[in-house]
Amino acid sequence: MNNPLLTINNLSTWFQTAQGEARAVDGVSFALHRGETFALLGESGCGKSITALSVMRLVPEPAGRIVSGEVLLHEQNLLSLTEREMQSIRGRKIGMIFQEPQSSLNPVMSVGKQIKEVLDLHFSLSKVQAKRRTLELLDLVRIPDPDRRYREYPHQLSGGMKQRIMIAMALAGEPEILIADEPTTALDVTTQAQILSLLKQLQQETGMAMLLITHDLGVVAQVADRVAVMYAGHLVELAGQQDFFTQVAHPYTKKLFASLPTDVKRDRPLEIIRGSVPSLTQSFAGCRFANRCDFVQAKCEASEPPWQQLSSDHQARCFFPELRQPEGQKDSSLIVGTESNTQGVKLEIKNLQVHFPIHQGLMKRTAGYVYAVDGIDLTLEAGKTLALVGESGCGKTTVGKAILQLLRPTAGEVNFNGQDLTQLSQSQLRPMRRDFQFIFQDPYSSMNPRMLVEDILLEGMLAQNIGDNARQRAARVKTLLERVGLPAQAGSRYAHEFSGGQRQRICIARALAVEPKLIVCDEPTSALDVSVQAQILNLLKELQLEHGLSYLFITHNISVVEYLADEVAVMYLGRIVEQGSVRELLDSPKHPYTIALLAAVPKIEEERSMMKLQLGGEIPSPSNPPQGCHFHPRCAHATEQCRQTYPATTRISDSHEVRCHLFG
Amino acid sequence: MQQALSNPHTRAKWRLVFARPIAMASATLLLLFVSVALLDSIHFRLAMPFQDKGEVEFQNEVKSVLDVVLVRILPAAETTYSAPLAQYSFSKETIRLEDGSTIRSYPRLQHGGAHLIGSRKPRAQDIAERLLLSVFEAVICSGILLLLLAALIKSERQESISIRAKEILVGTTTVPWRASLIVVFFIMVLVFVIINLGSVYHLFGTDKVGADVLYQAIKSIRTGITIGTVTTLIMLPVALALGMSAGYFGGRTDDIIQYFYTTLSSIPGVLLIASASLMLDLYMEQYEELFRSIAQRQDVRLLALCFILGITSWTGLCRLLRAEVLKLKEMDYVQAAHAFGVSQVLILLRHLLPNIMHIVLITIVLDFSGLVLAEAVLSYIGIGVDPTMESWGNMINRARLEMARDPMVWWSLATAFFFMLTLVLSANLFADAVRDAFDPRSH
Amino acid sequence: MIQYIIRRLFYSIPILIGVNLITFAIFFLVNSPDDVARMHLGTKYVTPEAVERWKQDHGYHLPLVYNQSASGVSRVTETIFYHKSFRLFLFDFGRSDSGRDIGHDVRQRMWPSLAIMIPMFLGGLIVNIAFALFMVFFRGTKIDFYAVVFCVLIMSISTLFFVIFAQYLFGKLFQMVPISGFVSGWSMWKFLLLPVVVGIVAGMGGTSRWYRTLFLEEVNKDYVRTARAKGMSEARVLFGHVFRNALIPILTGTVVVIPMLFMGSLIFESFFAIPGLGSYTIEAIQRQDFAIVRSMVFLGSVIYIVALLATDITYTWADPRIRLS
Repeated sequence: MNNPLLTINNLSTWFQTAQGEARAVDGVSFALHRGETFALLGESGCGKSITALSVMRLVPEPAGRIVSGEVLLHEQNLLSLTEREMQSIRGRKIGMIFQEPQSSLNPVMSVGKQIKEVLDLHFSLSKVQAKRRTLELLDLVRIPDPDRRYREYPHQLSGGMKQRIMIAMALAGEPEILIADEPTTALDVTTQAQILSLLKQLQQETGMAMLLITHDLGVVAQVADRVAVMYAGHLVELAGQQDFFTQVAHPYTKKLFASLPTDVKRDRPLEIIRGSVPSLTQSFAGCRFANRCDFVQAKCEASEPPWQQLSSDHQARCFFPELRQPEGQKDSSLIVGTESNTQGVKLEIKNLQVHFPIHQGLMKRTAGYVYAVDGIDLTLEAGKTLALVGESGCGKTTVGKAILQLLRPTAGEVNFNGQDLTQLSQSQLRPMRRDFQFIFQDPYSSMNPRMLVEDILLEGMLAQNIGDNARQRAARVKTLLERVGLPAQAGSRYAHEFSGGQRQRICIARALAVEPKLIVCDEPTSALDVSVQAQILNLLKELQLEHGLSYLFITHNISVVEYLADEVAVMYLGRIVEQGSVRELLDSPKHPYTIALLAAVPKIEEERSMMKLQLGGEIPSPSNPPQGCHFHPRCAHATEQCRQTYPATTRISDSHEVRCHLFG
Repeated sequence: MQQALSNPHTRAKWRLVFARPIAMASATLLLLFVSVALLDSIHFRLAMPFQDKGEVEFQNEVKSVLDVVLVRILPAAETTYSAPLAQYSFSKETIRLEDGSTIRSYPRLQHGGAHLIGSRKPRAQDIAERLLLSVFEAVICSGILLLLLAALIKSERQESISIRAKEILVGTTTVPWRASLIVVFFIMVLVFVIINLGSVYHLFGTDKVGADVLYQAIKSIRTGITIGTVTTLIMLPVALALGMSAGYFGGRTDDIIQYFYTTLSSIPGVLLIASASLMLDLYMEQYEELFRSIAQRQDVRLLALCFILGITSWTGLCRLLRAEVLKLKEMDYVQAAHAFGVSQVLILLRHLLPNIMHIVLITIVLDFSGLVLAEAVLSYIGIGVDPTMESWGNMINRARLEMARDPMVWWSLATAFFFMLTLVLSANLFADAVRDAFDPRSH
Repeated sequence: MIQYIIRRLFYSIPILIGVNLITFAIFFLVNSPDDVARMHLGTKYVTPEAVERWKQDHGYHLPLVYNQSASGVSRVTETIFYHKSFRLFLFDFGRSDSGRDIGHDVRQRMWPSLAIMIPMFLGGLIVNIAFALFMVFFRGTKIDFYAVVFCVLIMSISTLFFVIFAQYLFGKLFQMVPISGFVSGWSMWKFLLLPVVVGIVAGMGGTSRWYRTLFLEEVNKDYVRTARAKGMSEARVLFGHVFRNALIPILTGTVVVIPMLFMGSLIFESFFAIPGLGSYTIEAIQRQDFAIVRSMVFLGSVIYIVALLATDITYTWADPRIRLS
């Protein structure tokens, strides 16, 4: 560990913005050693991706520029090379993979060519040799049937497959360093597990060093050897993996851990970080976290804390790294009063089906169907939370929209309060719509950018005739805004003036405005940082108790389920494979898919076990689901029966059932 | 609509547009053109000078405010060609001298430079003096305008007018008033040149029948502006209504509207325009009695042309809007409105319309210059405005034959070129700024 | 693929019917054949007999859409609609109002049109792409800025001025090329040079600026960053990756004009006295020969529909995302 491979000294990269010059990266230093995985952890906007791009000298110019610092590869300063010299470093000495495999590949070039291109650039191989090497690389990243894939185009591959191509491309130059910028963020958990273990194995095989940019503590726990935490443009903590997870030092990092939802925190609110990230257009006199820190003292605001060496492999930029929140202090605000409001509405879904016809040709004749939702039964009691869990494309969002009749189901019943919504016409539905509401995943696209926040809140009230006059409604807007933790003046501003978390609060207020009994929450926190997610989850939990709301919580995030849900239903390819109370299902999952899904979630408490049960293959297309049990092609226990018939429901207990032949 | 136009979002975008000196300068020029066109559109008939019977009788001829102003300023017509600022005619004529003998020579113009008859002042000196005077007057007027502007613009800081005037001149104001002021200065120079020089000379010469070219060029402004704006006004409601319904309602409605615009856009535009104008010509010939005056005939022809151009140009916008609405209606905020039970009309008006207005705006400004250019080409082919109407297209059309003369008669063409370029260039530059500010893709 | 083309051809039938009906409405419903006859005979003081005779001579004597005096199928076929509009579907253009065979004229005059339009089209394509790439290569610099200003300037000048100015400068003043005219055979290049060059220059502004936008849109995409991260030079990124992606919209915008080249150019052919279909149309317009204009409208629409079809086919061929799904 004596001779670092890559040393970054005091790197600063500034960006020109409308508000002035933002110091996106402001004096970052760290070293990367041969064969290690170094994780750069931080929330969105902290400058971690810009740091990576600065190393590659790929910062988008002229908006951004590297103002100072050194990036030493061996002894050579990359920042002083000419552009031409830098081109022989990129791809050859340092490879890089990006967050969105979808857009990071050239859509009109076959993937084989895109990999081969790297070989052509950096090695002098013959055509045949280059092709052979490309096929080897495809094989290396575990792509089945490389000969066929070589000729395919990105759109023919799944997300996980594309990320494998990206990895093959980065490895083609046999780099000493691989920079992975959120390589699994756009992927499902089971695919994430595949990609992470692939990266880890490749690292062992090639001995390259890896700089992993991520926001996910779980991912860090699974793969990192050393961790640096970035906040507001600079590093605040730097530690070996062991120290990091056992003796976290910086108050910011501590808060990050505390705001993660888990089942042990179920009965109390999650810890939140107050305030927001300071603007990066200023120069800081004191600690950048001072305005949000629970332990802030005069000293913190007066001068910038120096690095404190806590152990040989652990340092933090804090004056008082030893201060800790007394355990259980927060228990005073224990959430009480559960079971307060159980009478009232009940949602009962029977054999819900949503099939989208596939039109072909100009006559638009129906050539087939996408079986997005293919016969599901669900029951949701008043005041309870039902989590619908599944990976992308399994149909969970379609279920949510079909319940609210935003999409008309093909068949089945949606009984709400004893009335079948599928039988009602649009005009009959209209007055009922105040009872059930929707919260969308993306807080940016769910509000009309041309409307004032108060008009957004008023819209539902006006449509549902809530409030007798304008004054009453205005008063209600004010109350609602205050309830979700926004100032009353927020009403006269536009949604785009708020941060992601604040926008999601406005969306919650909008839904609350019509006093609903049921809210379908479609991944409401997946676009948000963990610390912001904690605020939203707290708010949702409080509101549930206050108003006796029922939530249908659509998510892929198991830790959120643990924290929030009463019941869980696991969905795979349009059907529910297992459902039950949260305790039973998470503690003793029965269906092989549930087991694999839970195992794929990277956990921080757990021992590192990369080679644990992993789900192979890809989720099949819902327009052509496999015969028999949909899961059988990926299931380790599949029998002949599984290939023939779809399993019936088996009751494990009163509150736990599964659809699998293993239990039939 | 009101929501779409007056929200801080939109206002911020407009501020972005006007923060560009080039946009500010072009906007100033466009404003000048539009005002001239407006002045030329206020029509009236003068009362007959003699009233015997006690009731007012009106002259047959309809005049516009601009006509009255121009007739007062510009010199009257000559008999044939004369070069810009000429004193003498362009072609030799047989002149009868006082003693009865005749010679062939360039006759003195009746009006152009007539004030110099009897004076010893050489023409060049006279012109130079008048030019200098114009610049001087323009400087004074611009100076007054600068002070007025400095006094009028809002400022949080309480500094004196002179400091603010200095800021304007240095160009440090947020709205680039300087650019606008520079343009105004040149306009002033031009106006004073017209007043001082154009009143005694034919500034841009005269055409075959001796008419003042400058007068024709100025009168053509209204034609150009009308075509650029009225066409848009005609096609806009159609494109908006059909594009939005096709995208939003889908199904059968969409099929019909799509069929409709695909069919219309299949016919090559020029040919459709040609057919329609030929038929219009024939119709107007057959029913001559319907159109009492030449002016009326010209205006009917002009409006008809706008209408035809509108028919050929709404399909593009309609297609764009349909695609955008198709995209927007899947947006979460539209879904949210559905979830609240908001009516379809309200969703269309409140959520969709404001969010497609930027496309409408960009199309309007981009189309404007194209339409002005199209007028010239169509008039040249003979399917544009009425041949007797003042338009740049007609000027070019007439001037084409004059180019073949030796020595060449170039001034009509040059004047039309100069006026058209100024209008179209400033429209294009302004359109650029608008698009950069409003098009989400340009960021 | 063939199936796709056949199906597409099948769907263009209703559009052609629509076009046919529109032209019929314009030419026969606004003004009656009597009006047309009177116009051709010189509006005033025309005897009804003369009108009747003119109509008879030119085939306008039949009823518009339904012939009551005929029997059977000829009730429908012995009408103006059938003879003058429906027969266009069979590419039977009939005779012009001055008695010429339109089909023969079209076949003859399309060659000069192609002779001027094809070089103009190809040259324009090359010049515009090259100039757009040039601007994109220097994006964000002064060079790019002034190049865009240049484009806007060109866009703002009417084509008529380019033609008149070029004819004066190179034809009259320098006498480098003939001002106008046309001969067949190899020496036609002398007559074509000027119109082709002027055509390319006059069309350059708008098109190359549009291409520039297309290129710039691609330059900011993620896969370009990937290409740079591979260690590619800016030029290779531009030619190897950006170019191919931007080519798809360029191609679709380009293919659509190829069939239209047959129709020639109204302005260039008339200014340079090239006996193509463009000048044919202009002459017809000026002589008010409705039969020719009507035929050209229909021909133009047919060609446009073919062009759209060609565009769709190119698109599926050029974009693997469409080709393979």
